[in-house]
Amino acid sequence: MTGRTLYRKLVDSHTVTRLDEQNVLLFCDLHLMNEYTSPQAFAGLHEQGRGVPMPAQNVSTVSHVIPTAPAEPTGHRIIRNPAAALQASNLRRNCVRHAIPLFDTDDALQGIEHIIAPEHGMIRPGMVVLCGDSHTTTYGALGALGFGIGTSEVEHVLATQTLVYRTAQDMRIRVDGRLPLGTTSKDLILMIISRISAQGARGHAVEFCGSAIDALSIEARFTLCNMAVEAGARGALIAPDQAAIDYVLARAPDIVGELRERALAHWARLASDDDAVFHAEHRFDASEVAPYVTWGTSPDQAMPVTGSVPAAEGAQRLSTEQALRYTGLAAGMPLEGLKVDHVFIGSCTNARIEDLRAVAKVVEGRRVAPGLRAMVVPGSGAVKAQAEAEGIARILIDAGFEWRQPGCSMCLAMNDDILAPGQRCASTTNRNFEGRQGRGAITHLMSPAMAAAAAIAGHITDVRKWNIASSESAA
Amino acid sequence: MTELKHRIEGIAAPLPIANLDTDQIMPKQFLHGIDKAGLDRGVLWDHRFTGDGRLKPDFVLNQPAYAGTRILLAGPNFGCGSSREHAVWGLQQFGIQAVIASAYGEIFYSNAMNNRLLAVLLAEEEVQALLDESRLGATPLRLVIDVARMTVESPAHRFAFTMGARHRTMFMQGLDMIGASLGHQRAIEAFAARHWEAQPWLKDVAGRTKARLDAQASTRAAG
Repeated sequence: MTGRTLYRKLVDSHTVTRLDEQNVLLFCDLHLMNEYTSPQAFAGLHEQGRGVPMPAQNVSTVSHVIPTAPAEPTGHRIIRNPAAALQASNLRRNCVRHAIPLFDTDDALQGIEHIIAPEHGMIRPGMVVLCGDSHTTTYGALGALGFGIGTSEVEHVLATQTLVYRTAQDMRIRVDGRLPLGTTSKDLILMIISRISAQGARGHAVEFCGSAIDALSIEARFTLCNMAVEAGARGALIAPDQAAIDYVLARAPDIVGELRERALAHWARLASDDDAVFHAEHRFDASEVAPYVTWGTSPDQAMPVTGSVPAAEGAQRLSTEQALRYTGLAAGMPLEGLKVDHVFIGSCTNARIEDLRAVAKVVEGRRVAPGLRAMVVPGSGAVKAQAEAEGIARILIDAGFEWRQPGCSMCLAMNDDILAPGQRCASTTNRNFEGRQGRGAITHLMSPAMAAAAAIAGHITDVRKWNIASSESAA
Repeated sequence: MTELKHRIEGIAAPLPIANLDTDQIMPKQFLHGIDKAGLDRGVLWDHRFTGDGRLKPDFVLNQPAYAGTRILLAGPNFGCGSSREHAVWGLQQFGIQAVIASAYGEIFYSNAMNNRLLAVLLAEEEVQALLDESRLGATPLRLVIDVARMTVESPAHRFAFTMGARHRTMFMQGLDMIGASLGHQRAIEAFAARHWEAQPWLKDVAGRTKARLDAQASTRAAG
């Protein structure tokens, strides 16, 4: 028997039964839900009179529609949009009915699903994690296979704790070398997506490996795996190493004693075999990474901040023309110096404590540029509390940033955090799609430190010139 | 029971935009429902309407000749991005029965199949040939998609496509997927028992974690 990839091992270890040549019935260890992709799933379940047989393998949070304005004097978070409020109350009703744990609007630990699940030890190596949200690939950072599903599939998971799953092809992306000072895993993944394209990993589960990956902190790995879906990946994995195991054990007080030994033995096997065959491979040199910024309307339309907007030519002519028309840029324009109206720091990609520390390092003792609106939306209640305890919140507030409540917020602008037409935003999020942050609004994706520097400068700027040590490469 | 469905025939509207993501197919302001109603309104909203809500007459789906469009002739990586199934529900409510593209966002593809919105995969050159034929014609291109024979026919071309046997059956016969999987209920329970025996740390993680966090919160509140 030839060797297996980590991806195959995870699929095999969760296969209840093979349905046909392409599809298996895949067991789901943890199913996350939010208020906007689950309601029709519960409704379908109820129409058919079906139940949820394994509720404790499921968890919900109100994340997408929740406003992030500072809390009311009462301490309560009120959703003023009646339709959004109904989505939240409907989720509560569904979770109560089926005994599914819920991080409700007023829960002090509420936050973005992909931030709260790992930070409280709910993601463990070797798991299969599903969620009605495409950024579920995040969990590969801990050696768990995660991927997004649709609402019909949410209903299927609720009813059966399984998914009818078409297996993917294996891709390996090796990154060796050291990330240069001033660059992060956000810059790395933007570089990778720009080189392999927005559909470069379509149909594949990607395993990241190499010395540059090994050197990343766990939070930096979350960012990397999170955005693998922007290259079309059906999953992203990093074999769990000591750093991943330490991260999990520090958050999983139930894994102790003999259980801990058994878990460690199990997790040690979570790696691709030496003779495993990948259908596709890419190699990158980390030393080529620079602070990356998107210039277009697809995450693969990105380049180093020192670059100039490309001309519309060759096979990409039409899509480049279209993107430039939307972003209001012209071929040859330098990205550096491009004025921004708004800075958004948040999202499941970059709203963890390390991200906020990197922002504070840039911002400390400085002021947000006049006329610019800068927001920080921490990823969860726990991240927010920690940033406040560390003095990060104070630094940001003193610099003129809005310090807000947790949620998905302006990443997709489903709540009231939305940009006006023509506004240009430096954003730590994951998608620069047309209209994503508001109709006619223009998104430039970048790292937290780069977004912070843009907030101070008032325009896109190269954070490497600011002489600030990168927290990630210092690790 | 669901009807047998194997042929889609009608006007195909050219929409040759690469990476047309589900945010564009169904924008955020239409995602606030707890049911599936009214999503036809939101389909490709920013493409169909100006900022102040006026119809954009040039957009293909707004042209009178394309009223009743059943098929979208789309660019590569159609439906990439967000997992929102609202995109599929909206397209169907709008009257779209099939999309033809050289590649799809993976979650969109599954969502389409689960709702019997036919997502036909053709080679890039074949999609281009149909787009060219559409552009040169005096009237909108009409296509016939036969799922039983797995062909797409235009006046000038006939292309074969492939799809998984499972997806083909799902499209033609409809299939209560959950009902079928519940047929494996005993196997699922047996699997879970073995799985948790081998890896007890995977059992009830969400339930146990939330209970632990709630207990900590109430201790803190009490202290």
